[in-house]
Amino acid sequence: MSTHEQSMTLNLKVWKQKGPKDSGHFEMVTAKNIIKEMSFLEMLDVVNEDLIKLGKEPIEFDSDCREGICGTCGIVINGQAHGPWKATTTCQLHMRAFNDGDTVILEPWRAKAFPVLKDLVVDRSSFDRIIASGGYTSAKTGPHPDGNAMLIPKPIADRAFDAAACIGCGACVAACPNASASLFTGAKITHLMMTPQGQAERERRVVSMVDRMDQEGFGSCTNIGECRAACPKDISLDSIAIMKREYMNAFLKSDIEQREVREDA
Amino acid sequence: MGASGLALLGFLITHLAGNLLLFIPGGALFNEYAQKLESLGMLLYVAEFGLAFLFVFHSVIAIRLKLDNLSARGSKYAGLKSKGGPSRWNIASVNMAISGLVMGAFLIWHIKSMKFGPSIAQGYVTEVKGTLDRDLYRLVFETFKDPIQVWLYVGVMIFLGLHLRHGFWSAFQSLGLIRPRFSKLISAVGVFIAVLMAAGFLGIPLYIHFILPGVKTL
Ligand code: HEM
Ligand code: FES
Repeated sequence: MSTHEQSMTLNLKVWKQKGPKDSGHFEMVTAKNIIKEMSFLEMLDVVNEDLIKLGKEPIEFDSDCREGICGTCGIVINGQAHGPWKATTTCQLHMRAFNDGDTVILEPWRAKAFPVLKDLVVDRSSFDRIIASGGYTSAKTGPHPDGNAMLIPKPIADRAFDAAACIGCGACVAACPNASASLFTGAKITHLMMTPQGQAERERRVVSMVDRMDQEGFGSCTNIGECRAACPKDISLDSIAIMKREYMNAFLKSDIEQREVREDA
Repeated sequence: MGASGLALLGFLITHLAGNLLLFIPGGALFNEYAQKLESLGMLLYVAEFGLAFLFVFHSVIAIRLKLDNLSARGSKYAGLKSKGGPSRWNIASVNMAISGLVMGAFLIWHIKSMKFGPSIAQGYVTEVKGTLDRDLYRLVFETFKDPIQVWLYVGVMIFLGLHLRHGFWSAFQSLGLIRPRFSKLISAVGVFIAVLMAAGFLGIPLYIHFILPGVKTL
């Protein structure tokens, strides 16, 4: 069989960690019968089936859609978040990126704000808490408005959409030498401040999201821009500049505190 | 960080501009410039205090930021590697703390040996516009007779160039001053300023040590 001839054997150096409290360590696992057409996660499926057959514990990793849109998957592969390909999630990385006999290092996203749950699975609820702190618009959902009632110029809609493409995978944090979440938070703020619906809570949103981000224990942005290179959705660094500008503008507007009090009441 | 950094760059530009007078053999103009600065009196003290404050402010928040960022990683990677492409990961951007610390150490020694170095009492005296004044030119001239000092200055200025290479663009980005259209331009201006400042400052010791001895004084 030709597939058999093309099959590869890889040496995986995998991070194994029992739980958040365990200190973790690397373990060597051999990946046999791997073909180039497999995705990286399919490769791990094959490895895990072998491990289960041997009565060993499988390698724990996250995935859901496996088509690059949900943001659930994420492994640091040979020191690069989501592996070597640009604008690609781990589930969309294919084994043709590797050669027979390669040693491949698999690590979880490493950040204080992303505690490891098990092996390659991390807890990204810090992102959820950033979103919950203001990454939404609280518009009344009444009858469906007329399609053209709210005109948004195409370039603005495009920029909002580019930012909205963020799938919240956390690769920006994983790749950042400072473990900063600025690209993620910047993308969310940019997305919402561009559109008319996002105006009502514009200032309050940026202040509470940025403050939440800091409280979660992420590092601070020093503009190294590695997040941008690791981002599977090509989110622009401009969204970080926009976030900073929005924060300063909001800070200078004195009525924010009043508004918060009024809304809490 | 960004605002104090740009303010410090403002100082460096004036400092370099003044120091360029060192290229004029004999040093009369340089000493004259130094005397003019001295004659500002109270104003100079205020400026120096502001400058010291900026340096301390910039350094203290930088060190705090660096320590926070180091601890934000949690556990260590086997080895993080840049993906290249649009990334700005380079020796300048990931070593800002090191280049900063080198300059900080340099600065202490630099101020001690220049500003608080030998003065009139030690015989470094010259006539500037009819009055006797400190011969700062002689001090600089003698400093750069020493090859160790020359190469030390040259080395530090390379760190200065690296610091500015990343710092200039980074300041604009952090202050939210960048518009997508200008991002590339500001980055290019950063490179230009970094090269200009480093070359300007390291040119002085090299000139005084290697070229000046061959120049006939007017
Ligand atoms: C070739 C390079 C340089 C030369 C020849 C030079 C020369 C001097 C001299 C002669 C003074 C004494 C001025 C006075 O006593 O009134 C001085 C002061 C000073 N220099 Fe430099 N300098 C150089 C590079 C630098 C660099 C790169 C920095 C910053 C990182 C720097 C920061 C300072 C500061 C902060 C002072 C004190 C200013 C004041 O209190 O008036 N210098 N320099
Ligand atoms: S599993 Fe959904 S993006 Fe990879």
